[in-house]
Amino acid sequence: MNREGLIAALAAIVGDDGVHYRPSELVAYSVDGTFQQALPDLVVSPTSTGQVAAVVRVAAEAGIPIVPRGAGTSLAGGTIPVGGGLVVNLARMNRILEIDRANGVAVVEAGVVTAELQRAVEGEGLFYPPDPASLNQSTIGGNVATNAGGPRCLKYGVTRDYVLGLTVVLADGRVLRLGGKLIKNKTGYPLAQLFVGSEGTLGIITEVVLKLLPRPRHRATALAVFPRLDDAARAVNAILGAGILPVALELMDNLTINVVEDYLRAGLPREAEALLILEQDGNHPGAVRADVEQMAAICGELGASAVQVAADEAGRERLWQARRAVSPALGRRGRNKLGEDIVVPRAAIPEMVRRIRQIGREYGFEIPVFGHAGDGNLHPNIIFDLRRPGELERVERAAAAIFRAALELGGTLTGEHGIGTLKREFLTEALGPDAVEVMRRLKGALDPKGLFNPHKMFPEADGAEGFLRRLPLLGTAEAPG
Amino acid sequence: MTAGADLRLLREEYDNLSACIRCGLCLSVCPTYQVSFKEEEGPRGRIAMLKALVEGHLGLTPDLVEHELNCLVCEACTAICPAGFRMEPAQVAFRAALPDGVPRAVRFGLEYFLGDLGRLRRLVRLMALGQRAGLAALAAQLDLFGLRRLGRFLPDLPASFIVPRGQVWRPAAGPVRYRVALLTGCVMSTVFAEVTRATVRVLTANGCEVVAAAGQGCCGALHLHSGLLGSARRLIENNVRAFDPDGFDAIVVNSAGCGTALKTYDHFVPGSRAAAIARKTRDITEFLDEIGLVPPPGEVPVVATYQEPCHLAHAQRITAAPRRLLRAIPGLRLVELAESALCCGSAGIYNLTRPAFADALMARKVRQVLATGAQVVVTANPGCYLQLLAGLRAAAGDGRPAVEVRFLVELLDRAYQGAARPVLTEAGR
Repeated sequence: MNREGLIAALAAIVGDDGVHYRPSELVAYSVDGTFQQALPDLVVSPTSTGQVAAVVRVAAEAGIPIVPRGAGTSLAGGTIPVGGGLVVNLARMNRILEIDRANGVAVVEAGVVTAELQRAVEGEGLFYPPDPASLNQSTIGGNVATNAGGPRCLKYGVTRDYVLGLTVVLADGRVLRLGGKLIKNKTGYPLAQLFVGSEGTLGIITEVVLKLLPRPRHRATALAVFPRLDDAARAVNAILGAGILPVALELMDNLTINVVEDYLRAGLPREAEALLILEQDGNHPGAVRADVEQMAAICGELGASAVQVAADEAGRERLWQARRAVSPALGRRGRNKLGEDIVVPRAAIPEMVRRIRQIGREYGFEIPVFGHAGDGNLHPNIIFDLRRPGELERVERAAAAIFRAALELGGTLTGEHGIGTLKREFLTEALGPDAVEVMRRLKGALDPKGLFNPHKMFPEADGAEGFLRRLPLLGTAEAPG
Repeated sequence: MTAGADLRLLREEYDNLSACIRCGLCLSVCPTYQVSFKEEEGPRGRIAMLKALVEGHLGLTPDLVEHELNCLVCEACTAICPAGFRMEPAQVAFRAALPDGVPRAVRFGLEYFLGDLGRLRRLVRLMALGQRAGLAALAAQLDLFGLRRLGRFLPDLPASFIVPRGQVWRPAAGPVRYRVALLTGCVMSTVFAEVTRATVRVLTANGCEVVAAAGQGCCGALHLHSGLLGSARRLIENNVRAFDPDGFDAIVVNSAGCGTALKTYDHFVPGSRAAAIARKTRDITEFLDEIGLVPPPGEVPVVATYQEPCHLAHAQRITAAPRRLLRAIPGLRLVELAESALCCGSAGIYNLTRPAFADALMARKVRQVLATGAQVVVTANPGCYLQLLAGLRAAAGDGRPAVEVRFLVELLDRAYQGAARPVLTEAGR
């Protein structure tokens, strides 16, 4: 089928308004949250599972790769149409189909924005906890496909823990309905879970059944300043060892503190090696408060130079201000950044941060580190400038050194962003060849022609050398026509 | 395709365009994205397209022009951007590069009527006559200019205008606290002359001596957003001559869009005088909030909701002051409007040039306004006022708005005049 024929076939499914094919439109879908850029051949915006299935059948027949896309906020390159293909924009499938109070579940289409779902269920006294930083723009479908996390996941778990059921369109256009409104379900393989975190490589998620919790009525927050990073790490362990499971234990290292202070000018302690933000929630204000005060006391005993406890919601917002400013502060810091997402056993956090600092010095980059201290998920951000000659090669070396340090300490490559294109060449190092081979067999069984999201997740080169330079970089995409 | 287009200004925006980190947060607030869910109708896509244009990867194709001109320049993306990207200068530079970015009739209207307020006054007087003679006649008359849509947006026109000749209005009693210059503007001195009179009364009730500096004209905001940089510069230079920043404590503006323009005059005209004007410019709501509002004595017993003008909320980042002023009006109950900071689709002359998006946004806004149960929807910008009026008129079906539309300063004026005047017209009750 030629391009015109394909456009007509897709328009017959989704209507003229749902096919994007003109040069500028292809450019609009060529980017995501990374520094890559590749043009799709076509983009289609379906509005129902049936339309997605029909689109997949057309693409499969034509042998065109399919790249599913929610809001295109991937931090690993998962939605970049490397080598072209058909981008399936699911943003129009954004209906909350049902909030079922009696069963404590929500049924949503894949394109529902996470924050909108949260607002809707909170209005009913319910709670959907996963809170990726992108929650105001990213979609549930994308969150499921990357198994997104967030600060609250320490206590409440990641997206996976809320997925009870999925509707998935397979590579041959069949529609698979998996699981349902059931908290317990041990009938067959847990197939719905197979698609969680699959990054669009196994099928297109079109609908999701999500578990909801009762909304906690109270929350309280504290902020602790640590002159020494090791003390902050000891405090985290002491808190979790004291029988408290907080909502969040967020860490900012010294460089992050300084980057934020340069931006915010809020009087943050530039000398401190670490800031910890501690939060608890629950239904009984006394119990919530007691937990936060106990956490504050532990911090004080273990070397915090200052501890603040927020007395009200406004105070709470003030304490979170520094953490929320990390993204804008980094955004303004340099031209490009590579936001990594490693995980280490939480006791290894100080050692990991020290190694990152050493790597930064060695390769000449600022690498602020922040993240979720309670679960060992850290975000070292390499700040760089693509325009400088030889820059990307140095970024590669620094990033590889960070990955290897994490693996050495018993950690892994990514906690919540996914592998995408950015980390695929390290997959074998992280998992071992046998696990990668099992993954390949699963992929082959579900998508024998390899149409779903090619060039993602699986290693393509013999080694990691040149793993960023081989990617299609921002500002180099040539439009047709 | 790129031939004939002068991309020099856009090239100067390359660093601004490169600030985008593609996080997509802007999608959550972009009105055209929120009604289309198309990346090419969102800020991140528009930035990628403009960047590709500058890099030479894209030509100035009709599709690119369409998607860029669909931008309302509401600045919601600029206000939320974590990386400091600014949409307005990028769009102004892009539009300036288009040989025919504005329909000829619109360009004529902007340059002929707003370039010379005497002509504008004659036009509005003609329209007022037409309005009294019946709307059908008016519509026919307007069609002469190819602007049939305009008829939907016309409010009741005043019998007399404000012609700035250096008039001075003084407080009726008490000392003069501040001496301010008032931008009388183009539509604000003609179509909305009564609102500007109310502005003067509110300022004098707050101890201000108000001067309508002679020689001032249109602020040039509409010309800037249409990429008519030459005419915009002439208007800006004229106002820089007319306002002596050293002679006043503030230059007060009662139209959010014009205030935004004045606050950026120094970007378009060099020199310390333009910069001083930019520094001294205050929106009327910002100014009254800053100086401490004299508590109004009269009651205005209405349920009101507030629609934020984009150029107040996003461009000038003024969101708290208007609400504080409304709450200071005795008897007025303020109910929040869902999506109050989402553009209503007016966006200057956008509702005339890009009707599809403008109408979709208007319909969405009308639904939200009606859902509040408010009797009055308050705003602070002529474009928003006209768009809300047109939408609410259409919603009522009988030509009378389903909910009364008012400028914030009109309600303040009522409150200073006491209960002598009826608060609502028949339809608003």
